[in-house]
Amino acid sequence: MAGSTLASPSADPVLGAVTTAKVISPGRETWRRFRQHRLAMASTVILSLLILGVVIGPWLWPVPINEIDFTAQLQRPSLNHPFGTDDLGQDILARMMYGGRISLAVGLAAMVVATTVGVCIGALAGMSRRIVDPILMWVTDLFLSLPQLPLLLLIIYLFREQLKAAFGVEGGVFVLIVVVIGGLRWMPVARLVRAQFLSLREKEFVEAARASGATKMRQMVRHILPNAIGPVIVASTIEVSSAIIAESTLSFLGLGFPPDIPTWGRLLFDAKDHLDSAPHWALFPGAAIFLTVLSINFIGDGLRDALDPRRVI
Amino acid sequence: MATYLLRRLLIAIPSLLGISLILFTVLALAPGDPFSEMATNPNVPPEVREAIRASFGLNDPIMVRYLRWLGAMAQGDWGFSFASRINVDTLILQRVPTTLFVVGSSQILALCIALPVGIYAATRPYSVFDQIANTLAFVGFSLPTFFTGLLFILIFSVSLDWFPFVYRSDIAATGWRWYWEMFRQAIMPICVLGLFQAASYTRYVRSAVLDVIRLDYVTTARAKGLGEKTVTLRHITRNALIPVVTLVALQMPAVFGGAIVTEQIFRVPGIGSLLIDAILANDTPVIMAVTFVFACLVVIFNLIADVLYGWLDPRISFS
Repeated sequence: MAGSTLASPSADPVLGAVTTAKVISPGRETWRRFRQHRLAMASTVILSLLILGVVIGPWLWPVPINEIDFTAQLQRPSLNHPFGTDDLGQDILARMMYGGRISLAVGLAAMVVATTVGVCIGALAGMSRRIVDPILMWVTDLFLSLPQLPLLLLIIYLFREQLKAAFGVEGGVFVLIVVVIGGLRWMPVARLVRAQFLSLREKEFVEAARASGATKMRQMVRHILPNAIGPVIVASTIEVSSAIIAESTLSFLGLGFPPDIPTWGRLLFDAKDHLDSAPHWALFPGAAIFLTVLSINFIGDGLRDALDPRRVI
Repeated sequence: MATYLLRRLLIAIPSLLGISLILFTVLALAPGDPFSEMATNPNVPPEVREAIRASFGLNDPIMVRYLRWLGAMAQGDWGFSFASRINVDTLILQRVPTTLFVVGSSQILALCIALPVGIYAATRPYSVFDQIANTLAFVGFSLPTFFTGLLFILIFSVSLDWFPFVYRSDIAATGWRWYWEMFRQAIMPICVLGLFQAASYTRYVRSAVLDVIRLDYVTTARAKGLGEKTVTLRHITRNALIPVVTLVALQMPAVFGGAIVTEQIFRVPGIGSLLIDAILANDTPVIMAVTFVFACLVVIFNLIADVLYGWLDPRISFS
C-alpha cells in the first residue's frame, strides 16, 4: 500500500488545527449528534419508562400474577385493575410487568449472543487472507437464505423437553430461545464486521501496528475493532428489537414460553380468542411490544446518525 | 444468457444441499421420536415396533439416513404424513397455491405502495412528505404482523363487520359471487403482510433513489431539457430499481415468516398453518418437508431476483 500512505498534503495541517482548537471527546460528540434526533430522544425516554416500569413496577403494584378470581373475569380496565383482567380474573397489568421483564431480557440476551457470534465470524473472515473468508461467507449466505421462523419453530419444538429437564421450565425455554434467536440472527453483524475489517486492515495505522510487531490478535482487538464498532452498535440495537419480535412471535404461535410465564407474546396468544368480549386484553400487550420495538428502532436510527462521522449535522 | 442462467442454477444447488444438511442434522439431533406414541401403546409389542422402525430405516447410521432421505426428496417421494394419513407431497401441493397467492398479492400490494411513496419522498428529501413517510415507515415495520392481524380483526371484523376473519376454502357460491367472497376474505391477510413489507420497501426505494438522483447523467437529462416527470420515471427510477430487486429478494425469508403468522391468525389453509399443525401433532415428515419447501421457495425467489438483476442491469456480464 505504498501509494496510499501519502494523504493529501493540505489535509494534515487543517486537521491538526481543528483538533488543537477545541478538544471534544468522541463520546460527547456522539451524544451531541444523538440529541439532534428528536424522535430518538423521545424514544429513549419512552424506552427508559418502559424498562423502569417492568423493573420496579411489580413493587409498586404488588398484585400476584396468578391470583385467580372468577368474580372478576374479562373485566374492562378499572381502578382495581388498570389494564383489566383476563378470562381467569388475573390482573393484566401485573402479568404484563412480569412478562415484560422476560421479553426485554430475551431481547437483550439474544442481541448479545448474535453480536458476539457475528463479530467473531466477521472478524475471522475479515482478517483471513486465504480460504477461511470464502467458506465463512458461504456459510453466512447459507444462513441468510434459511427460512428463519420455520427453523426456529422446528428447533424449539424438538429440543424444548430436553432443556426443560436440564434448566427447569423457565430457564430451559429462556436459554433455548435466546441461543436459537441469537444463533439465527448473527449474519448481518458478521457481514458488516467483515466489510469494515476488509477496508480497515489495509489502513496505515494498522500497517504501523503490524510494523511495530503487534500480533494478529492485538491488531484485531486493539486497532481494528474499536474503529469498526460504530456500525456494529447500530446493528445490534436493531437486533434487540428483532429478537423481541421473534420471541413474541414464537409465544404468539403457542410455541414459546409456557402459559404460566406471561410474556407479551403469550398474553396476545391467550387473548386472541376473546377479541370480541375483551379487546383490552390484546391491546395492552400488543401496544407494549409495538412501543418497545418502535422506540428501539428510532434509537438505532439516532445512533446511526450520531456514529457516522461522514454525516454532517 | 443461457450460460448465466445455468451458472446461477448450479450455484443454487450447493446452498439447497447445505440447507437440507442443516435441517436433517437438527432433526437427527432431536430427542423426539416419531414412534413414541406407539411406544406407550400397550397393544403394540416391542418386536413389532422394532420391525416397523427397521422398515422405516430409523436404526441405520445417520449418514445413510441422510443420503436415503435426500435421494427420496429428489425423486419427489416426501414420505407419509403420520397425522393426516396421506402422502406429504399431495398434502403440500394442496396448500402451496394458497400461500403463493397470499404472499404474491401482498408483495404486489407492498410494491404498489412503496414505489410511488419512496420515489416521491426521495425527490423531495427532508420535506414534510418525506418526514411523514419516513415516520410511518418506521411505525409500519415496528408493528409486528401478529399484532396488526389482531388489530385488523378487531376493527374490521368485530367492530365494523366488513370482512370475515376466518379464511374458508369451501365457499358455497359460484361465478362472480365466488370471486367476490374469495376477495373479501383474502383482503385482510394480504393487507397485513403487504403493509408490513411496504414499510421496509419504502425505505429501500427512497435510499436507492437518493443514491441515483445526484449522479451526473440525471443532470445531463435535465440539461437536455427533459421534463421532470420523464427524468424521474425514465432516468432515475429505472436505475434505482436495480438494487431494490436484490433487497426485495433478501427479504424473502422474512416474508415467508410473516406468512406463517398471518396464515395462523386468519386460518388461511396454506403451508404456514400446515407447519404449525404438524408441529403440534408431532408429524415429523410434514415438518421436515414444509421447512424444506420454505427453504426452496427462498432459494427460488433469490434465483429469480438474480436473473432479473442480470436482465435489468446490462452492465452485468453473462459470460
